[in-house]
Amino acid sequence: MPTVHDWINNPLAVVDGLFAQSNSSPDWEKKVVEYFKEKLKLNDAHTWVPSLNDVPLYYLKPNSLVKFRCMVQDMFDPEFFMGVYETNDLTSNSKQVKCGKYKDITVGGQVDFNSRNTVTSERQTFYCVPIPGESQWAKESYAGTSQARVVPSTSYVPNRHKRSYEEDYEMDTQPQEMKYVSQGTQSSAESHGNTEPKRQETEAPSHDSSSVHCTSSLDLNFPLPGEKGPACLVKVYEDWDSFKLNDMLEVFGILSVDPALSVIADEREASSLLDHTEVTETVEEQRVHSPPASLVPRLHMLYAQPLVHNNPLLPSSAPESNGDHLCSVLGELASVRAELHTYLTHVLMGDSLAAEYLILHLISNVYSRRDVLPLGKFTLNLSGCPHSSPYTEHLYKVIQQLVPSSYWLCMCLHNMNNQRMVPWKDYTANRLVSGTLQLANNTSLFLDETQLEQGQLDATGVRNITALGNLISWQKVDYDFNYHQMEFPCNINVLIASEGRSLLPSDSQVHLRPTLNPPNLEEYLSAVQVAQVPSQFNKYRIYLSVARALNYTISDEITTAVEDDFVEMRKDDPQSMSAEDLHRLLVVARLLSLSHGQNTLSRDGWMKAKQLEALRISRTQQQKSVSGNEP
Amino acid sequence: PSACISTSARRASRHHRPLPEASESVSEDPLSPPSQRSRAHDTSTELQPMPTSPAMDTAAQDVSLFSSPMAPEVDASSPLMYGTPSSRVEGTPRSGIRGTPARQRADLGSVRKAPQVDMHSEPVSENAVAGSEQGAGQRLVIWGTDVNVGTCKEKFQRFLQQFTDPNSREEENAGLDLNEPLYMQKLDEISVVGEPVLNVNCSHIQTFDADLYRQLICYPQEVIPTFDMAVNELFFDRFPDSVLEHQIQVRPYSALKTRNMRALNPEDIDQLITISGMVIRTSQLIPEMQEAFFRCQVCAFNTRVEVDRGRIAEPAVCRNCNTTHSMALVHNRSAFSDKQMIKLQESPEDMPAGQTPHTTVVYAHNDLVDKVQPGDRINITGIYRAAPMRLNPRQSQVKSVYKTHIDVIHFRKTDEKRLHGLDEDGEQKLFTKERVAMLKELAAKPDVYERLSSALAPSIYEHEDIKKGILLQLFGGTRKDFTQTGRGNFRAEINILLCGDPGTSKSQLLQYVYNLVPRGQYTSGKGSSAVGLTAYVMKDPETRQLVLQTGALVLSDNGICCIDEFDKMSDNTRSVLHEVMEQQTLSIAKAGIICQLNARTSVLAAANPVESQWNPKKTTIENIQLPHTLLSRFDLIFLMLDPQDEAYDRRLAHHLVSLYYQSEEQIEEEYLDMAMLKDYIAFARTSVHPRLSEEASQALIEAYVDMRKIGSGRGMVSAYPRQLESLIRLAEAHAKVRFSSKVESIDVEEAKRLHREALKQSATDPRTGFVDISILTTGMSATARKRKEEVAQALIKLIQSKGKTPAMKYQQLFDDLRGQSEAAITKDMFDEALRALADEDYLTVTGKTVRLL
Repeated sequence: MPTVHDWINNPLAVVDGLFAQSNSSPDWEKKVVEYFKEKLKLNDAHTWVPSLNDVPLYYLKPNSLVKFRCMVQDMFDPEFFMGVYETNDLTSNSKQVKCGKYKDITVGGQVDFNSRNTVTSERQTFYCVPIPGESQWAKESYAGTSQARVVPSTSYVPNRHKRSYEEDYEMDTQPQEMKYVSQGTQSSAESHGNTEPKRQETEAPSHDSSSVHCTSSLDLNFPLPGEKGPACLVKVYEDWDSFKLNDMLEVFGILSVDPALSVIADEREASSLLDHTEVTETVEEQRVHSPPASLVPRLHMLYAQPLVHNNPLLPSSAPESNGDHLCSVLGELASVRAELHTYLTHVLMGDSLAAEYLILHLISNVYSRRDVLPLGKFTLNLSGCPHSSPYTEHLYKVIQQLVPSSYWLCMCLHNMNNQRMVPWKDYTANRLVSGTLQLANNTSLFLDETQLEQGQLDATGVRNITALGNLISWQKVDYDFNYHQMEFPCNINVLIASEGRSLLPSDSQVHLRPTLNPPNLEEYLSAVQVAQVPSQFNKYRIYLSVARALNYTISDEITTAVEDDFVEMRKDDPQSMSAEDLHRLLVVARLLSLSHGQNTLSRDGWMKAKQLEALRISRTQQQKSVSGNEP
Repeated sequence: PSACISTSARRASRHHRPLPEASESVSEDPLSPPSQRSRAHDTSTELQPMPTSPAMDTAAQDVSLFSSPMAPEVDASSPLMYGTPSSRVEGTPRSGIRGTPARQRADLGSVRKAPQVDMHSEPVSENAVAGSEQGAGQRLVIWGTDVNVGTCKEKFQRFLQQFTDPNSREEENAGLDLNEPLYMQKLDEISVVGEPVLNVNCSHIQTFDADLYRQLICYPQEVIPTFDMAVNELFFDRFPDSVLEHQIQVRPYSALKTRNMRALNPEDIDQLITISGMVIRTSQLIPEMQEAFFRCQVCAFNTRVEVDRGRIAEPAVCRNCNTTHSMALVHNRSAFSDKQMIKLQESPEDMPAGQTPHTTVVYAHNDLVDKVQPGDRINITGIYRAAPMRLNPRQSQVKSVYKTHIDVIHFRKTDEKRLHGLDEDGEQKLFTKERVAMLKELAAKPDVYERLSSALAPSIYEHEDIKKGILLQLFGGTRKDFTQTGRGNFRAEINILLCGDPGTSKSQLLQYVYNLVPRGQYTSGKGSSAVGLTAYVMKDPETRQLVLQTGALVLSDNGICCIDEFDKMSDNTRSVLHEVMEQQTLSIAKAGIICQLNARTSVLAAANPVESQWNPKKTTIENIQLPHTLLSRFDLIFLMLDPQDEAYDRRLAHHLVSLYYQSEEQIEEEYLDMAMLKDYIAFARTSVHPRLSEEASQALIEAYVDMRKIGSGRGMVSAYPRQLESLIRLAEAHAKVRFSSKVESIDVEEAKRLHREALKQSATDPRTGFVDISILTTGMSATARKRKEEVAQALIKLIQSKGKTPAMKYQQLFDDLRGQSEAAITKDMFDEALRALADEDYLTVTGKTVRLL
């Protein structure tokens, strides 16, 4: 156990110290950031910082340094705050210049708004949620690496441990409400004399009911239903233009859970009587932009590291900087690939071709865009999945075990007609209401089309299908801003499991052809699962993430060979090889090379890719002739 | 707070007697920081007339209502005659400056907590105007600024009297003599119309007097009332007898510092700014108290107290009977002004990719309330404000965040012109000089046309002519107005149809164009209904108001509407396109709403051949199977066919492979970037309006005559005036590409070439190999038409040879005709002939029998 780190437990002291030394020269701000960056670089200092992801909020010390692994779900408007302010202490009649950065609320004495020392600064607020669809294994693994010792604070009551957030929130707000009522009565009686108390009486009950309503419906706006974990308002002080929506970040910042922040939401009406700037926000907006801090803590960002991936088994920094690690992985890559292939073949009931394509799909990645065309995407349509059996569900569980984040989207009629897939802007609350398609990069989206039955799609359903189609074809989601749509590029691996050919477009369709026919599917699959050692899973996970991140080139020599090949193929039969086919072949060749750990396309790799495609196409055609009625 | 009380007390006492309060002028250097003011002198200035201010009636010499940012207590010695409600003259309005009530400008003197003079450290609360000896007379500036009221007023009056803008293109100035002082004419207008608002373009002020402009931007709160004063003096000098509702208010607009909402920062607080955005929400009307009316409950003595920055200083003592705490507020005798909260959101074009739009709160006051609706695109000019937020009124702790908003002074709808349909794009995109120079440099290059077309969708291989066609579509022709001669507007937009094999990247091209143009819409023929394309009427569930919801075609007014899978569209839906594609309007008659909307949109459509694969043995018409009335409305019809040629395949393969290994830097070197292309197009569309030169007209006439000759040689009219119009549009667009204000013969040449190129592919009669535009205009090739006639003749002969039989069996007749004819006759041809004869009322076909009439 290391000594108590002051910079973790009381970072504000460090900030204030540096501010005091600065003598109002503005470079102290840089110094603060540098200081914390340096501290965090020291061997594995960042593991000492407790994480909001795995430590319950009430365990964490207010105003301490914490980290949060999250996705930027929404960006609020920038706000101006008092970067430096002066306070008047009325009792001692002394003045003090204070720093307002990394804080929500001023401290000590009466703030002198007219002071010449006041510096107005600007900061931006991001609404961050835990990475949507993060697999359990990833969460556990992250939590396991943390070395932060969190000592419950003295005020912590053990029996609250098991309470849900909602209950927690109720506990927190009740006393405040009472406080509000008493204060409100007082203040109105004092300032408005005879006419007001009556109004107060009529207002009080309505306020109560609205606050109860608020308690029950506070929506943390997670993209996926059933998600848990804290959402956080992250205050960003510099370079906020460099962050984008849906970016994955690891934020290091100062936690602020001052209960006074929640009071704002409750006391709107009282204060609006006096200060009518408050009219600018509706109740909904208040609720979203200043939620109770016990539920949505504030995090003042000192430093944020963009996450290229959220695989805890790999170093989070950019791949170039950890060459040794990569080498060690590459060494046993071939064997891991073979094992993974065997495992997936078993899972796919003996279909080795489908397993091959599944590997390619799992390491696919949009690595570049040429104007509107995303390059590198590889949407796989796994047709021939048995209908009305839990097979697809099991298949998803297998994938979930392999990738850091994933989501199983059941395409049943009810879901299609009711689910909110595309995020839309709620102007009343001034927030971007999330939808299931607001996902971080490289999330695996598993579309289960076997669940889709015949029936009527309504307007929402059609919109959802269109959105899925756009996602697959262009790797973009058009967020709905009511008056216009805004396009957000994304990078999501879509896998469609269907009975026949999917109604959605896909880059490649593989018809499942089981060679095994286990009598009890569930038993068989769980047996396959059990046969794998946990360490093997970790190998697969590392393999998939590493293979995806490898660089890839094509030499001039191979380029010409490919061109020749294309011309040759078209000579024989122009119908069999279109420009689109070449596109797909190039992607398959790329992914195949990467999956073998090769950085460049070899002649051999090209031939293999062609064979693979030929095999797949012949199977699809056979399938067509068998079923006959397919288009 | 003491400050408030003393202010209101002084104001309230205006008509009684001046209170012996400290209101001093301080001599000081105009630019010295306010903190240095300590030498108070000249303490007797309550009503001292300013040497620099014009003589004025003392009764009207009211204190200024607006407060300078540092001066909560406006001095009485200010020369500013600026209206307060108390200066309202009761009774019938008289004319002249004294008779016209001033209206409080809530947009300026708004509620905000200005930094106040610290009473502890600076016991002498001097404020407002400081005087200093300078040159001949005194030089006075408003506290905290370098604004001298007199000079400022004089400058502005000079500006109004002298400023001319001979090159003005502003729509508002239509009908004014541009060589006469612009704003004097506007004053004339005010005297006639009686709307007491003068809109002043800030850029005019800037060109006239840069210093005045700087002051206006930095100290709007002080300078604008000075302007008001100047205007009113000038106006009532000229029109002493005019009657206005209230005094004229000056509303400056387009402060050149026009900014994106994202660029606002703390330095802009209290400055005049212009930002653009879209209204997303408007609040209900908020009555804001301007003047409180108090009545003593003991002696019924009345008094009025002005609201100062959102606070009412309740009089503690009745001045009449000296009872304490006897004054009660009487709501319905207090004066209120209108206020509305508006939420403005960044325009989608201004946003960096991957971020969400920002919003800003805007307050509109008085007559600006309800001027805008959610969804409007507007430019607003106003003063940026920030106010601290208190956690709790009873607590000293404050949330360290400021609330910001903009007090609006002027609205300008950027999409207003779409409603009036006056002229040209509403996009007032501002380009920096450097950017314009760069664009012009690019335009001067001889190969600019090729450069631009290759920059278009670089990931799509070849199809050079198609890209050129789309490029011309992006530029568009020149809009011509022939309303006076009864022809209406001539369409300037170019419509293009792409038709071809699946997998020839048509959709990709459409997506690219949709992403490139600011007002693009993308729909698929399969999913869109006529309603989705045009407009529909909806009942707002909340307000029960009928709302017109516009569809893709209307939304892409002045843009491009990309319609994919054009062939999958139902005939019903397609029929709405007829009006849009020629008249450029959309008529709606639904739920009691009858209107005609502008839909000046270019249509870029993509269609698959009927048999999904192009059948080279059929004509275009047979392949596309679209009604020819619609086809003839497309200026260019391109076929995207798989050439199936080895050299082509090789180039294609190379292109595709390179997509996968070239790094992004390499790509950027090769092509112009998309931003440049966008700017180029936007600039050309707004600032280049080519006209036909004599030489070009001749060339066009020749081209048209040639086109007709080709047909007339074989006894057919093959080119129609519509094709001539297409040629003109294409030539104009090509001139725009060159930034040329004249259409020259090279433009006509290119237009001809492109037209021929597109038509050669699309209208080649496979049976004759000739270019035959009549395919497009009648839906039939000349040979086919000839043969149809022949078959019909043969059929008549056959029927006549049968003698007088009133009815025949259909099958029998068909077999007979087939046996008789040398050429093969298909069932289709036979049906067609029957139909032709039926049209001539020669026979009727009912079921399986053919009857003679």
